Amino acid sequence: MTAAMAALAESVLAADDLSAYYGSNKAVGNVTIGFRRKAVTALIGPSGCGKTTMLRCLNRIHEVAFDAQVEGRVLLDGQDIYAAGIDPMSIRRRIGMVFQRPNPFPTLSILDNTLACAGRGVGRREKLEVAERALRSAALWDEVKDKLKTSPLRLSGGQQQRLCIARAVAAQPDVLLMDEPTASLDPIATAVIEELMSSLTEEFTIVAVTHNMQQAARVSDCTAFMLADETGVGRLIEVDETAKLFTKPSDRRTEDYITGRFG
Amino acid sequence: MTATTSPSERELLPRYRSLRRRRIFASLGTTLALCCAGLAAGVLLVILAYVVVQGARAINWNFLTQLPHPIGVPGGGVGNGILGTLIIIGLATAMAVPLGLLTGIYLALFGRGPIPEGLRFLSDVLSGVPSIAIGLFAYAVLVAPLKHFSAFSASFAFMMLMLPLLVRTSEQAIRSVPQTVREGALALGMSNFRATMYIVLPTAMPAIITALLLAIARVVGETAPLLFTAFGSQFWQANPNQPMAVLALQVFTYAISPYPEWQTQAWGGALLLILAVLILSLGARLMLRRATRDLEA
Repeated sequence: MTAAMAALAESVLAADDLSAYYGSNKAVGNVTIGFRRKAVTALIGPSGCGKTTMLRCLNRIHEVAFDAQVEGRVLLDGQDIYAAGIDPMSIRRRIGMVFQRPNPFPTLSILDNTLACAGRGVGRREKLEVAERALRSAALWDEVKDKLKTSPLRLSGGQQQRLCIARAVAAQPDVLLMDEPTASLDPIATAVIEELMSSLTEEFTIVAVTHNMQQAARVSDCTAFMLADETGVGRLIEVDETAKLFTKPSDRRTEDYITGRFG
Repeated sequence: MTATTSPSERELLPRYRSLRRRRIFASLGTTLALCCAGLAAGVLLVILAYVVVQGARAINWNFLTQLPHPIGVPGGGVGNGILGTLIIIGLATAMAVPLGLLTGIYLALFGRGPIPEGLRFLSDVLSGVPSIAIGLFAYAVLVAPLKHFSAFSASFAFMMLMLPLLVRTSEQAIRSVPQTVREGALALGMSNFRATMYIVLPTAMPAIITALLLAIARVVGETAPLLFTAFGSQFWQANPNQPMAVLALQVFTYAISPYPEWQTQAWGGALLLILAVLILSLGARLMLRRATRDLEA
């Protein structure tokens, strides 16, 4: 336990005895986990194991849902984001999120989407610079630089998802949460996003939920395996270096899952 | 050939027969539905054609721009009624839109619990109240105490007629914006208010404008509440604190008069009202098409 606490202290983001509820329904139970700085941590597990709910607790977007509740602590650089007096808006600016389906803002242009929460109160030239930097780091700039004023709905699904990444990156967060970011994309667009995830770790810490074990193995440095117990509460089974978790898992259930015996 | 029917074919025969029966029923049903649709559309077209034929004779430039003439003096128009209609509906819209839109936003965002449920129920009840009762209410609170008829009291009655439509449709429009769009805004650190105003509301706007156009179309031809609010006037009147001529009211007065000239003018007025509704409905359809296209893309 002391080693675990030490790991928590080093992590840029950590959950400490985190539980999440929908009404009286416990979806995630007592998860303690640290996320290593500037690395990709993959959350894997079968459907309904609480990995998305877990992710949504990390930037306080879980509580947006009706009758959703959270117990426990989430530490961002050692500070509890659920402490009294902490504004969830300030947390969400430091912890960006990319959703399962691309969700560009339909009425804003590509440029305004990118700047939706960045560069307020700065000049036009600076805004353009911010947008270009964000779009470049999302590997989208070359494809959209000539149509920044057009609607994002004309873009392909993969491009829309990269626009959403650019939008999150433009706010210059510390952490990027990704909820199955390639679930609705074709293999080519998926490959682009996966490549992007690796390059983004130069600046950001990434936590990504994925259904796809190959994807976890390809893109992540660490992997956490979650599983719902017999009462339907999502539990963290184990978390380790990805290479080790996929070759020598320490828990029997992890081994069963990654070898395809269930799920 | 029938004599050599093979056993397997004989087995198939009963099934084939029931299939044929189904086909006959299906085509009968389709025909019946088509006939009903044709009948409904036909009635509408006959009404439209009749009003156009009767009303077209009355419509000319003078009819649109002049004051009514006294009985026996040929010519004259409903210019003051058109102006009055625009003023009264304009005022009603100016009052109904902020109230209805904000209530709709409230219901869409904080839609659970006894207060929102109560609001919804009240708004549904209000939409079912006969317009003459709403006119009576406007009379009781705005005409009787002030001791004079006024255009404003008519606007007030129209606002009450438009309000439930605006509340419920703007709530629906905001709800139909995918939750993922709203969450996307919140996840960027936007406040609930900013996410609603800057992201959700613009996305819902075409549907809301559609609702507004339909609400206006609903009150354009409304006559009953005007009888004891706007009251009508023979003169140009732009002061909302005074009795005012309204097109629908003029149609009513002219139609029940015994003078053929006035009756012709009533048809002309009716045609104008129908044209107004037609244009508003077309606009609503166009906006709605835009709204659905945006959300599908």
